[in-house]
Amino acid sequence: MAPVLEVSGLSTVFHTRRGLVRAVQDVSFSVNAGETLAIVGESGCGKTITALSLMRLIPMPPGEITSGSVKLDGQDLLKVDEATMRTLRGSKIAMIFQEPMTALNPLLTVGKQIAEMVMLHDKASSQVARKRAVEMLHHVRIPEPERRAREYPHQMSGGMRQRAMIAMALACRPKVLVADEPTTALDVTIQAQILDLIGDLQSEFGTAVVLITHDLGVVAETAQRVVVMYAGRKVEEAPVGEIFARPMHPYLRGLLNSIPHVNSARGVEVDEPVRLQEISGIVPALNDLPPGCAFSPRCSMSEERCTRERPPFELKADDHYAACWRA
Amino acid sequence: MLTYIIRRLLLMVVTLFGVSVVIFLLLRIVPGNIADILFDSAGLIDPAEKAKIVADLGLDLPLPQQYAQWIGGLFRGDLGFSYVSEKPVLDEIAPRIPITARLAALALFFSIVAGVPLGVISAVRQNSGLDYGLRVLSLSGLSMPSFWLGLLILMFCVHFFGTIPIYDRAPETFWAWFAMLAIPAAAVGFRSSALIMRLTRSSMLEVLGQDFVRTARSKGLSEANVTYNHALRNAVLPVITTIGIETAFLFGGLIVTETVFNIPGVARFLVEAIRWRDYPMVQNLVLFIAIIVVTVNLIVDLIYMVVDPRIRYSE
Ligand SMILES: Nc1ncnc2c1ncn2[C@@H]1O[C@H](COP(=O)(O)OP(=O)(O)O)[C@@H](O)[C@H]1O
Ligand code: SF4
Ligand SMILES: [Mg+2]
Repeated sequence: MAPVLEVSGLSTVFHTRRGLVRAVQDVSFSVNAGETLAIVGESGCGKTITALSLMRLIPMPPGEITSGSVKLDGQDLLKVDEATMRTLRGSKIAMIFQEPMTALNPLLTVGKQIAEMVMLHDKASSQVARKRAVEMLHHVRIPEPERRAREYPHQMSGGMRQRAMIAMALACRPKVLVADEPTTALDVTIQAQILDLIGDLQSEFGTAVVLITHDLGVVAETAQRVVVMYAGRKVEEAPVGEIFARPMHPYLRGLLNSIPHVNSARGVEVDEPVRLQEISGIVPALNDLPPGCAFSPRCSMSEERCTRERPPFELKADDHYAACWRA
Repeated sequence: MLTYIIRRLLLMVVTLFGVSVVIFLLLRIVPGNIADILFDSAGLIDPAEKAKIVADLGLDLPLPQQYAQWIGGLFRGDLGFSYVSEKPVLDEIAPRIPITARLAALALFFSIVAGVPLGVISAVRQNSGLDYGLRVLSLSGLSMPSFWLGLLILMFCVHFFGTIPIYDRAPETFWAWFAMLAIPAAAVGFRSSALIMRLTRSSMLEVLGQDFVRTARSKGLSEANVTYNHALRNAVLPVITTIGIETAFLFGGLIVTETVFNIPGVARFLVEAIRWRDYPMVQNLVLFIAIIVVTVNLIVDLIYMVVDPRIRYSE
């Protein structure tokens, strides 16, 4: 099966007064229909910028996608003109955001915000679009969808708004859903419900999902394949079982060690959200990266070569890639 | 919604009461009354005659009693008589109100019609040459006193047309009407439009950086739809509030402009009345202006409620 989404060599930079910020460098991955790829990493490692690059929603200037390709069903999104891209956004590739409280327009009803998109992409009449909006709200298990469609975002809880966002994102049956930390801002109990919902709709519609998170528990529960990012680059990539069974990069090991419940692959208990900030030291500034391995200042296994030469991202075991001299 | 309006109306009454007390006291704190001025200007010196005028006008009564007379008269629809012309205040004010009202409405209209779109353009084209140009223009609008701008316009008219727009009760052509009202209105409205423009720009820039704008883009909406339907609707909220406040400032500009352009409206008339310490005239005019300002602000708040569901439903 050919992957629906194929990203290769993606690099995105920001031209700032403090110099060139290399937010994403040479990132590649692919996702099949109906599958979930997780991108994990600490805050500030370039996950959101990667997601926005896929949607071509990077503010330019100051941002710039300097190289790479994002192929959706073989069509390179980075090559099409803006008008074509607009017809694809929302209809073929959709995104949900981290902050459900601010991601919806406070002055428009939720139903209208969904219907507006259906009218645009499916050339539907406003009645048809409204009906579809209500259907979608029903689909994401919002009770009394007719009434809720007429409500404004501030009348809904965070969890319900995120459901509404999902309803909106999936209203035109996109092939790819980019979910940027969809549960980070929500209560733990709601988090599980939202993830289940995404999973159910994904299998129903055959959507390929790029799930961005910094919660390894979420990864274990939902993803088939995992990409670990550090300082704008991929540092490890493998099927989810491999990742938990044989983590190679000291960064990923650090992350896993900071989780109390990880014993073996997949058997992760998610009693509480697991945050990844627990390795000592901080992420290096992306406008001033060290010459060798970006993780070397924080790495307990660091050796002389690590500070001099950047380790290549290469195959270390069967379908298991990492970028570390000592893996 | 209804309880909100009732509460606002009660608040209006309290505000107007406060205004009436303040203007009443201020007038009496300012040295000199009509009798003093008459005597100074006419060179009369007979103290008995002066005392008689003071007594006739009731200026020797205790202040609370004077105040009660004024307000009591108001409730009976009696605004009193002008000290200067000795005609009923209502007859003096009534014909002048439409003149000022037209000028003020036109000024406000200009400032909104110019301020909001230019603010949006400035924000959408942030840091372009156009943006810088508009920002300089609006800064000069804020820093230029309206009397000076009025004089500049007058000099400009005299230089290029050899004449200045003269007030005429029934102008013959549209252009005569335009020169007569639009030019003074533009002079008054320039400041407000500059303020509205700057506010629209900064509000728009803030909104354009918000998450829901990104969401709107992620749906594939056109840039025009995102800007005008999603962003502007939100950005205009603080601007609406400012428009309410600006109506109060507008009167300050009107006083000067009516004087410079020789327009017989209430604003210029007010200055004249203050000079003569024409208490009934000043008190009633100021109260009238206060009623207008407070009413406009109520209307503005109601518009705000219609636009913003968060306020509509919190009641
Ligand atoms: N508008 C911007 N201007 C400059 N740098 C930016 C901008 N947006 C993001 N960045 C940089 O990109 C890096 C990655 O950000 P992001 O992708 O949001 O991280 P995260 O992994 O937490 O989602 C940040 O560390 C930041 O320095
Ligand atoms: S390359 Fe060296 S510094 Fe980098 S992660 Fe591996 S061991 Fe640590
Ligand atoms: Mg992020």
